[in-house]
Amino acid sequence: MEADKPPAVTMRGITKRFPGVLANDGIDFEVLRGEIHALLGENGAGKSTLSNILTGLYRPDEGEILLHGKPVSFPAPRDAIEAGVGMVHQHFRLAASFTVAENLVLGHRDAADRGLLLEPRVVEGRIADLSRRYRMPVNPRARIWQLSVGEQQRVEILKVLYRGARILILDEPTSQLTPQEAEQLFQTLRLIAAEQRTIIFISHKLEEVMAVSNRVTVLRRGKVIGTVMTGNTNTRELARMMVGREVVFTKKKEGPAQAERQVALELRRVSANGELGTPALHDINLQVHAGEIVGVAGVAGNGQRELAEVITGLRRRTAGSVIVTGRQIRGGDPLEAIRRGVAYIPDDRLGTGVAPSLSVAENLVLKAFRRPPISTQGLLHPGRIRTNAVDLMQRFSIGASSPQVPARQLSGGNIQKVLLARELSSRPLLLVASSPTSGLDVGATDIVRGLLLETAGRGVGILLISEDLDEILALADRIAVLYDGRIRGVVERQDAHVEELGLMMAGAA
Amino acid sequence: MIRIERRLTEARWLVVAVPAGSLLAAAFLSGIILALTGHDPIGTWARLLDRGFLAEGAMSATFVTATPLLLTGLAAAAAFRMQTWNIGAEGQLYLGAVGASGIGIALHDQSPVLIIPAMVIAGIVTGAAWAAIPGVLRAYTRTNEIITSLMLNYVAGLLMTYLIFDSHSYWRDLSTFTARVFPQGKYLSDSASWPSLGLAGIAIPFGFLLGMVAAAALWLIYSRTRFGFEARVIGDSRAAAHYAGIRTRRKIVAVMALSGALAGIGGASEIGDFRHVLDPRGLQQASFGYAGIVVAALARLNPFAVVIVAILLGGLSNAGFSLQGATFPAGLVGTLQGLILFCALAGELLVHYRIRFVRRAAPLARAPEKFGAA
Repeated sequence: MEADKPPAVTMRGITKRFPGVLANDGIDFEVLRGEIHALLGENGAGKSTLSNILTGLYRPDEGEILLHGKPVSFPAPRDAIEAGVGMVHQHFRLAASFTVAENLVLGHRDAADRGLLLEPRVVEGRIADLSRRYRMPVNPRARIWQLSVGEQQRVEILKVLYRGARILILDEPTSQLTPQEAEQLFQTLRLIAAEQRTIIFISHKLEEVMAVSNRVTVLRRGKVIGTVMTGNTNTRELARMMVGREVVFTKKKEGPAQAERQVALELRRVSANGELGTPALHDINLQVHAGEIVGVAGVAGNGQRELAEVITGLRRRTAGSVIVTGRQIRGGDPLEAIRRGVAYIPDDRLGTGVAPSLSVAENLVLKAFRRPPISTQGLLHPGRIRTNAVDLMQRFSIGASSPQVPARQLSGGNIQKVLLARELSSRPLLLVASSPTSGLDVGATDIVRGLLLETAGRGVGILLISEDLDEILALADRIAVLYDGRIRGVVERQDAHVEELGLMMAGAA
Repeated sequence: MIRIERRLTEARWLVVAVPAGSLLAAAFLSGIILALTGHDPIGTWARLLDRGFLAEGAMSATFVTATPLLLTGLAAAAAFRMQTWNIGAEGQLYLGAVGASGIGIALHDQSPVLIIPAMVIAGIVTGAAWAAIPGVLRAYTRTNEIITSLMLNYVAGLLMTYLIFDSHSYWRDLSTFTARVFPQGKYLSDSASWPSLGLAGIAIPFGFLLGMVAAAALWLIYSRTRFGFEARVIGDSRAAAHYAGIRTRRKIVAVMALSGALAGIGGASEIGDFRHVLDPRGLQQASFGYAGIVVAALARLNPFAVVIVAILLGGLSNAGFSLQGATFPAGLVGTLQGLILFCALAGELLVHYRIRFVRRAAPLARAPEKFGAA
């Protein structure tokens, strides 16, 4: 870091309003050259808005932006790219059927671009240089769909570097990576920063912010709470800045004596196909006892969705048997699973877990509408739907202005509470929860975790499928690791080590 | 720069103000066109209102046009509510007409008490069966129902034509020499004529009354029954419906059949209320099925609004017919009708969205005045 040079990025008094929301409220933000600067905050704190302003996607209502001391304004994202600002999005923006090289030159004109014809050799050569320099091995001729998530992210970063970015913004870059892949990414970022390039690292995960950044700026409700040197702080302080109060994450106290307990779920040699008809689950054997939380760790796309869907009847299995409280279920029939006491919190909350345009009240009876008292002889009873909603909204403190509000207007945390309220009020014997806290803020995460523990305490077997290893370590009695559709191992929580689990998640152990 | 934003709250007054504003805008825009083409705008508007709704017998005529629009509008609304795009009300109406006229001919010597319900039921059954074809294809083979239901309209039209013009079918009148040379359908007996309700000098056809009952039933189904709840969940998110254990495939077939049954009643009413003969050319020229889609869209799929929109469009279309003449070309009538529909739909947008004129940032500072004035 060179103190005499002007900061790479200076944002002064940035304010951005959306209808009904003040997303950024007079934000002052400064990032030095060669610095890895973390932008930390909960969902809705204004991180994305601020980065969208810096990349020209939004224009601020007030405030000014300076790059290397010079005022700039970006009427369009292209202007930001030309000024050397590059963004690596959380959800990659790559054309799946194109090669790595083609994706890098898409929408970008330079010397390698001779009119209509591309010069693949030139591009490929440059990619090889870049990937060697920053230790990001990737084959320029591979097509995007052939690449793993980690590799696709490398392509995204290469794309930004290829376009000559001096300032890189990474939005939640580790959300889909294994711990090892994340560590690799951090090394790459350090190499990039060492060249006096600037990195803005957006995250809500405290540990990785501590691991990778030089300084941290914390946002809360659209305002800057403070900027601190990473070396002078700790996760506890950052969490307090981020949330505005002391945070003690809910943790499981002790495991139940599972030997005496009934088996809530048993999978015997279960196999199933994925979306494309190719095998996605192989020979899965797993047991969940009543009152036990079994965590399924793994990187998304290794069979998690198929596993949840086979148990909940949404997907047919190709072999094996699924036994819920002692009786086999036929499979391929969600209604059968619901009637047998299987509750399900899908990871796709808004599209699958709730019907987004229907009201909160209606979503709360999405499964119970078939039975009295909600309906009799095929007729619904609106009054009972309403009282049910009022009751559940109060018990689960669902923040909705009225039961008639469409579910999509709720925040992620409140939608998840609607889901939990509905699923838990059905008195299930088994609960399958997929990424139940992903995208939730710290407060909502804590509430959801508390509810899961309480539910297990009442004797419900829980299969917790999550990419968040910390969550699984905090809640689960036993941990199974899913990799490439196979269970790579099951360990008791007290015997679990993050490194070992990480290796299993990557298929290395 | 112009920006369109979703309104966070939809104020109640807008629900009244926007349609009124749309009508005024339509009057203004069509006034310009009328003035440019040398017609008196105010006189034309007065005539339009007069011929459509106010003149002697105008309201009765409006109900005649509104009846099939009401039933096909309900048919479209029933299916669209579940995001099932039945574009086949046209063909389902034809089939309803074929079924109802067939039964009407077969029971020609029976009493109206028997014939009329039989015709209604025949219309329901044939319309529903015709709509069930794209329904089954959609549900079990994932065929796009827009295309199949649309194509079946042509099949239905050709089937009707075949029955009257290209065959010696049961529907064709072969009793006289003239009828054999100039093909036409068998006329139904008087006892197969549907009654109409006289109200303050306005004749309301039996088919329209059926449509009002159907509108109430449709509202009840969608808001108060398990069936309707399931259909709404499917319409909102098929994944959520599957997740909630709702049997989506059966429901798709059922809703398509319900939609087809409503259009089928429309076909039966064309026979029983108005034509009393299977008239392939007349039915195909009218294209009530397609107009029903417009009715449903304007009514925002609300069954009660369908009733009102059907009457308005019925009157508008009748008035249009009586406006056109030597000095008033048919194209101009179409332009006026189109403008009214256009403004109504554009106004609809304004209920949900608002338009803001915002200044662009410094480099393009001169642009907004231009846009703002436009």
